[in-house]
Amino acid sequence: MSTGTTRTAGVVVVGGGQAGFSVASTLRACGYDGPVTVFAAEPHLPYQRPPLSKKAHTEPDELRVSLVPESFYAERDIELRLGDDVVALDPAARTVRTRAGRRVPYAHLVLATGARNRPLPVPGADLAGVHALRSLDDALAVGRALATARDVVVVGGGFIGLELAQVARARGARVTVVELADRLLSRAVSPQLQEHLRQRHEESGVRVLTGTAVQRIEGTDRVRQVVTSAGILPADLVVYGIGAVPRDELARDAGLAVDDGVLVDEQLRSVTDPRVSAVGDCARHPHPHAVGPVRLESVQNATDQGALVGRRLAGQPARYENLPWFWSDQGAVKLQIAGLRAPSDEVRLVPGDTPGRLAAYAFRDGRLVAVETLDWPAEHLAARRLLERRTPVLADELTGTTLGGLARARRAAEVRA
Amino acid sequence: MPTVIFQLPDGTERKVTAASGTVLMQAAVSNGVQGIVAECGGNASCATCHVYVDADRSELVGGPNDVEDEMLDFTAAERRPTSRLSCQVELSDALDGLVVHVPEEQV
Repeated sequence: MSTGTTRTAGVVVVGGGQAGFSVASTLRACGYDGPVTVFAAEPHLPYQRPPLSKKAHTEPDELRVSLVPESFYAERDIELRLGDDVVALDPAARTVRTRAGRRVPYAHLVLATGARNRPLPVPGADLAGVHALRSLDDALAVGRALATARDVVVVGGGFIGLELAQVARARGARVTVVELADRLLSRAVSPQLQEHLRQRHEESGVRVLTGTAVQRIEGTDRVRQVVTSAGILPADLVVYGIGAVPRDELARDAGLAVDDGVLVDEQLRSVTDPRVSAVGDCARHPHPHAVGPVRLESVQNATDQGALVGRRLAGQPARYENLPWFWSDQGAVKLQIAGLRAPSDEVRLVPGDTPGRLAAYAFRDGRLVAVETLDWPAEHLAARRLLERRTPVLADELTGTTLGGLARARRAAEVRA
Repeated sequence: MPTVIFQLPDGTERKVTAASGTVLMQAAVSNGVQGIVAECGGNASCATCHVYVDADRSELVGGPNDVEDEMLDFTAAERRPTSRLSCQVELSDALDGLVVHVPEEQV
């Protein structure tokens, strides 16, 4: 084994989310036979996060979000330590320290600690009935509250906020989304698509207040109203999603380089210590599709980065070059993104073949770099297939055809050749 | 409770039993069947739960719906006449003993 593993010091993974799970399962799938230990701070088996804001179930057994059943770990000799937190790293001694004070040695350490919600910095944010939404427990609490909520205020017009707004609307609540920026999803999608999304949300009966600040939340025992720069909103439930910050403090405290995420190289090794890797939401990495080092918060990124590190530690090193992609189900609206758009890219909006379908192609120097679609999964998949290949897609090739059409034409040409 | 057999690309097979009404993808994922990635969690958004239905049952299983049909043109492994996204296939007692083949690639 390239890591010089012994039975006493194998791979220690800090974090039991999608990225940490991917590291551990890939190690075993690739034949790594040293010890694998995963420390998961939450008491739940590693689970999928995407359904949490899209469904917000009320019963735990309804969720069925576990990635794999418990037996998966035992069958593969993966030691899963649920509810056990790593509180300190000692890179010189190659050990981690757990909350209980136990020291665990490692041959290689993988940080998969994820991100935490940015707290809502207003008075009243600690009232009952005010919820963040990131973990399974958060989702269960919000799901229970939605059973009786009549007036829901969603703070933040990002992915989590908009997904949850539609869930609340579907349960019959009056819903207002309050967003500080002038547009919804202001950083995540192109301005051309933002207006369409807003329109779709408003058509479903969600009230959208952009350019509006939440000043304070008021109530006695529990939330009663939200005071905003645009007036007072009655509320019996407030859910906020105003961005996340990487959990990189373990690395920083241990003296590893950190800058809004653990800084890693193209193989996802800490730039400070090659015996430490970081994957998923907590890692900032170079990427061929990005202008500078990026930190991506997505399931795809977490899974693919975990798999890359798992393979590397099993003896198959590679650079991280996977095409970033993302999706968000906002009620009936399915938003999908392939590639990484920069603010300076040129965007062309293309209507689909049926009403409601829409694509936004982003070009940089005349080449396609990213595609956003609404309700058009096939076009999204075509975009992924085309962008994953090294052959460029030029703006001129997309006159009078869709990416789906272009992908089919190219494949037919390959078959002929 | 129908039983489904997943034939894996390495030649092994996995037998899985699930309640009627369960979608095929969920039956695979809850039983840890390798090769059914299901990145999107079953919303016909990602085409990473692609399977080939065994030819003798494919008529009973039926063909893809419209969105699924378009998506199947862009799966990682080649599309075949019996290709389906397993998140769109609902299990029933009539499908007891169904055999599906898991492709080499999903992403």
